Amino acid sequence: MSKVLSVTQLRKTYGEVVAVDGISFDVGRNEIVGLLGPNGAGKTTTINMILGVLTPDSGSISVEGIGVATHRPQALQRTNFAAVYAPLPGNLTVEQNLRVFGLLYGVKNLAERIEALLQQFDIRKFRDVKCGVLSSGEQTRVSLAKALLNSPQLLLLDEPTASLDPAIARDIRSKIRDFAAQGTGGVLLTSHNMNEVEQICGRVLFLSHGRILLEGDPKSLPREHGKASLEELFISVAREPLTLEVE
Amino acid sequence: MDLTHTAAIVLRQFYLIRGSLSRVMPLFVWAGIDIVLWGFITKYLNTVASPGFSFVPTLLGAVLLWDFLIRVMQGVTMAFFEDVWSRNFLNIFATPLSISEYLSGLVLSSIATSSVGLVVMVVLATALFGLSFFVYGLMLVPFFLVLFMCGIALGVLGSGLVLRLGPPAEWFVWPIPAIISPFVGVFYPLSTLPRWMQYISRALPPSYVFEGMRAVVSGRATSAHGLLLGACLAALYILLACWFFARVYRHAVQTGLIARYSAETLS
Repeated sequence: MSKVLSVTQLRKTYGEVVAVDGISFDVGRNEIVGLLGPNGAGKTTTINMILGVLTPDSGSISVEGIGVATHRPQALQRTNFAAVYAPLPGNLTVEQNLRVFGLLYGVKNLAERIEALLQQFDIRKFRDVKCGVLSSGEQTRVSLAKALLNSPQLLLLDEPTASLDPAIARDIRSKIRDFAAQGTGGVLLTSHNMNEVEQICGRVLFLSHGRILLEGDPKSLPREHGKASLEELFISVAREPLTLEVE
Repeated sequence: MDLTHTAAIVLRQFYLIRGSLSRVMPLFVWAGIDIVLWGFITKYLNTVASPGFSFVPTLLGAVLLWDFLIRVMQGVTMAFFEDVWSRNFLNIFATPLSISEYLSGLVLSSIATSSVGLVVMVVLATALFGLSFFVYGLMLVPFFLVLFMCGIALGVLGSGLVLRLGPPAEWFVWPIPAIISPFVGVFYPLSTLPRWMQYISRALPPSYVFEGMRAVVSGRATSAHGLLLGACLAALYILLACWFFARVYRHAVQTGLIARYSAETLS
């Protein structure tokens, strides 16, 4: 499986605090990788570094072999993201936001692409509605539409279903699975919903105190570490990371 | 540089202005009020001044030129503030957009918005108070050019300050024109100023414009050398302002401030 994302020895500190401590991992094509860990484990810091909005102290990141540090525009052209803490500007309509970001990502045949995404995410009726007045679920769908505008090779999703009702969350999960299965891209996502992770991730990385403690298939990993479920394993990682450290 | 990226920033600004009266009004209302206010002041001064002397080209013309610089500066900062107010930095800087493309977008937005203010000012000043631009002749071109460049430099500098210090630093930006106006002699010759202020004036491009404007109106020769120096200084200040903005951006990316801008500072 060829890689869409390669992260090597990535490290970031904020003063004395080590947020990310020399982590290395890959994301392959058609793969959905879950980046898991308790709050403050370094997940969002890692995603921000991949997005080029945070400079690592050391290490390297490449998207399809293109270095984010050395060829930022080319790497970001192949990347996109959606995060609950980064809603699209609420003072623009859905279509205006998609058009502006479509231009920023250099999307060809933008009008057609926007139509297809409005259809795919069932948000046609909100085309002329300002994003700020949409519900959380509607905003998430618009954010995902924006995240797929440039048909990214690497899709980063930071808690894509947080605060969504179960029906909408299932719909979003299905769209993420479709993206990974049908295209040539890969997905790196964070989530605190372990059922969701088990359902859609082919591989998970457990992060604690900025280090990857465990890596593997979310379906078999709990058993391998004597836990009944992924959620139980998550709690163990959060509470007693040292007992699970693999080295 | 990818012009499509720059066009995206301009398009975003167009969408915002088109759909909002509260964004359209400031483009010309304050400039219009300034022209009307100073128009009446010049009218009154003409009644008490020596016969044959008109304050219109010196005073009202100066107000128009100075307001143009302010509109240009605010055109840049307002477009930048839209990203501050909508907390859009993470979305926008996680795209392939480069800083030069972003700043170019702000400048192009400013050209469009400041043109609206300029047209309104020109119409009011000529129709209501008889300001004739023939008085200035072709010198009007370098006058506007130097003020435009200076407005861009101040706008980029102000945006950099807000990026570095956080949203509350907006109030640093608004008074910048008022702070420099005493030094550039908008309404009086630079010789009026004490010597130490004149030294500062020489480093400010608008000084050369307003001195030149007074020279043209009084029939004296304008210093082409002075205007050229003003233009060179303005170009230098644009480069310095862009360098400052890029440096602040790099700092924000280094510290994580771009991703957590609402925290105002992380250092």
